[in-house]
Amino acid sequence: MLFDQKNKTINNREDKKLHKVLLFEKIFQKSLGLTGIILIIILISIFITLTITSIPSIKHLGIKFLYGKAWNPVTDEYGALPFLIGTLLTSLLALIISSPFALSTAIFLGEYYPKGLVSNIFKNIIELLASIPSVVYGFWGIVILVPIVRNLETQLHVLPYGVGILTSSIILAIMIIPYSVSLSRQVISMVPPSLKEGAYSLGATRFEVIKKIIIPHTRSGLFASILLALGRALGETMAVTMLIGNSHYIPKNIFSPGNTMASVIANEFTEATGSVYLSVLIEMGLLLFVVTTLINISGRQIIKRYILH
Amino acid sequence: MENSILKVEHLNAFFGEAKILSDIILEIPENQIIALMGPSGCGKTTFLRSINRLHELTPGARTEGKIYLFEEDIYKMNLIVLRRKIGMVFQRPNPFPTMSIFENVISGYTLNGISLSKSQKEELVEDSLRKASLWKEVQDNLHKKGTFLSGGQQQRLCIARSLSMKPDIILFDEPTSSLDPISSNKIEELLLDLKKDYTIIIVTHNLQQAARTSDYTAFFYLGELIEFNKTQALFSNPAKRQTEDYISGRFG
Amino acid sequence: MDKAIKLRFYKDRIFKSGIILLTVLSTLPLLLILFYIVKQGITSINWDFFINLPKPVGEKGGGIINALIGSGIIVFCASLMAIPFGALAGLYLSEYNRDKLAYWVGLCVDVLQGIPSIVLGIIIYLWVVKPTGHFSALSGSIALAIMMLPPIIKSTEETLKLIPVTIKEASLALGVPYYKTILRIILPMGLNGILSGSILSISRVAGETAPLLFTAFGNPFINTNILKPMSSLPLLIYNYAGSAYEDWHKLAWGASFVLIMSILFLNLVTKILERRWRIQF
Repeated sequence: MLFDQKNKTINNREDKKLHKVLLFEKIFQKSLGLTGIILIIILISIFITLTITSIPSIKHLGIKFLYGKAWNPVTDEYGALPFLIGTLLTSLLALIISSPFALSTAIFLGEYYPKGLVSNIFKNIIELLASIPSVVYGFWGIVILVPIVRNLETQLHVLPYGVGILTSSIILAIMIIPYSVSLSRQVISMVPPSLKEGAYSLGATRFEVIKKIIIPHTRSGLFASILLALGRALGETMAVTMLIGNSHYIPKNIFSPGNTMASVIANEFTEATGSVYLSVLIEMGLLLFVVTTLINISGRQIIKRYILH
Repeated sequence: MENSILKVEHLNAFFGEAKILSDIILEIPENQIIALMGPSGCGKTTFLRSINRLHELTPGARTEGKIYLFEEDIYKMNLIVLRRKIGMVFQRPNPFPTMSIFENVISGYTLNGISLSKSQKEELVEDSLRKASLWKEVQDNLHKKGTFLSGGQQQRLCIARSLSMKPDIILFDEPTSSLDPISSNKIEELLLDLKKDYTIIIVTHNLQQAARTSDYTAFFYLGELIEFNKTQALFSNPAKRQTEDYISGRFG
Repeated sequence: MDKAIKLRFYKDRIFKSGIILLTVLSTLPLLLILFYIVKQGITSINWDFFINLPKPVGEKGGGIINALIGSGIIVFCASLMAIPFGALAGLYLSEYNRDKLAYWVGLCVDVLQGIPSIVLGIIIYLWVVKPTGHFSALSGSIALAIMMLPPIIKSTEETLKLIPVTIKEASLALGVPYYKTILRIILPMGLNGILSGSILSISRVAGETAPLLFTAFGNPFINTNILKPMSSLPLLIYNYAGSAYEDWHKLAWGASFVLIMSILFLNLVTKILERRWRIQF
């Protein structure tokens, strides 16, 4: 047929070019997949590297690493308990301080003012909190917050260090607000209007709707937002390092100076001579990595299930 | 019967395990308008998308059987060549938002790396837009973004975009379903103009549209081709019960 | 009115006032921080501040030229690595979102985002600094690049997912090869998302200190060799904030001011990009 011939000539002319196109096509698709594989390799390598370089420490200390109280690089004694306690204490305290503020802001932005100018202004301000560098928070804390806490300590008749667990917790609390707000705001604004309308039609006030409908309905989502904020707080380094006082002892109370895992690494990593010393600090990094990863994954899992629900 | 341009033999199409089309046998005549109709989910769109092999894009989708374009097996043809010969117009107008009207019309060339001289470009743009009866409305605004046009104009721009590739067949997937009645009318008139030069296959859920515009109609139901005939014959004297039920509005 | 109902209305009002009060209080720290930085910083800023090196203790004046150049180079190199890779990975996730592998890659991105920055510092120390035997700006850039990836990948993925499938199909139906469809149609349409994600991630890592402590390390002199230790604004702030000298504090305030202003500027650019450049479908 006539058409058949027409087709064939076009085909022959373009065959060469098409071959090249198809080759590009394959390379392109493969390289896209490759980026994904590289990401997985990076993550796995991070875990493997941390684990392997922690082996000298694990061999040397075993489980004692977790409950030992003494930290003395000169005698190769490394008990991380003071830092574990310091990390938990600062993070939990930060959560307790920030929660009422974060929850209020989330209700404010998710329920009372979900749209409009007021909402935009507050949303942007809260988001900006996340873009202030940690080191600037630390510096501001040293200059402004430390004298205030020192004053408070003098009045309470405790040793007026100024720096310590409480000071770093306050800064941490400010730093994690944007993280818990952004998630819990979304969760609250996702509550189906029909649920709220049902309660309103029965004569409930807004407060009652929030208390009896919104909060119970969003409980798991709010919990996840707290978990994710906790993940942030545990790994936060610079501001805490600058404000916690860097003491190697278990803090006696919230005014005592202390150290977190991250702050010990930041302070001592470049000075760590001996191979065990360095390995101990890396093991601390590994612990931090594993804990934050577990918290993150479970937080995200809860959120995913909540959204599907 | 006229020369047939497309021959479909025992075509089956699947999404994963689910069979969407079963054993379609069909010959499509040249320079005619063929309407594919049937209730939603009957497989008419899948059939359309099998012709230019867009169906395979969806993960898990595959086809069995053969389709011949001018006696050449399309599943053995180069995909790119095939798609240049079979144009497609979609349900919703989809001009490329980053391009001007002018660039949209010749996008098939520029994106395929086929170089044209300036005069060739201009000629092609004008010719395609005229054929799509859009030229008069846009000739002063050729370098504005295509997305500023109205829905009906955008759809005609998409038709011009297909025409510029000088395809043998143009597939229309419910091209008027997102348009107002006046714009729809214009598109229908356009289809009648276009059949001088092209074979047109159009999916529609609108019975009147099928009756008004097409020369042949294929009725699909539950993944099967129930009946294929000259439109007039099919509407006035359907051979199958299902067809009769459908055109008399008893289901659908 | 009934007393009980009155009580309920009071409760409602008190609750709302409480919420508003706590929300306003939550914004107070930002305003206070900005206020102090502007107040303290603006007085240390002058032309000399930008073109001089920090002076030793006791000498007046001095600038932050080494940190400015260092921050610029380190962040630039990090962007060079992270943006193309992140955009491709985001593209992969949006194109293959039903893939099994893509699920794990998505999880991977989430986990990467949650890794404490200090841990990344350790990692790059072990991967780059230790094998090469010395601290270097490049190692710092690598650490920052890894931190930049998750936000770039996510914003690319989110933007590209919003592009209607039919646009892609229109291009494929014209016989345009897949890779050209992606590179010439889809990526340009998602450009605003990729750009805003990239700029946002630059603004995030520009203030990072922890991953640089054991990688770029810091340098009191001007250095433009990326294979040698280099200073950066956050490192300089860290070093001088802890000192007891008023002059050094002043320098740190000035550096904080410059850093914050750059970050705010980048944030603003992101917002404008997100709003103005949104292509209509």
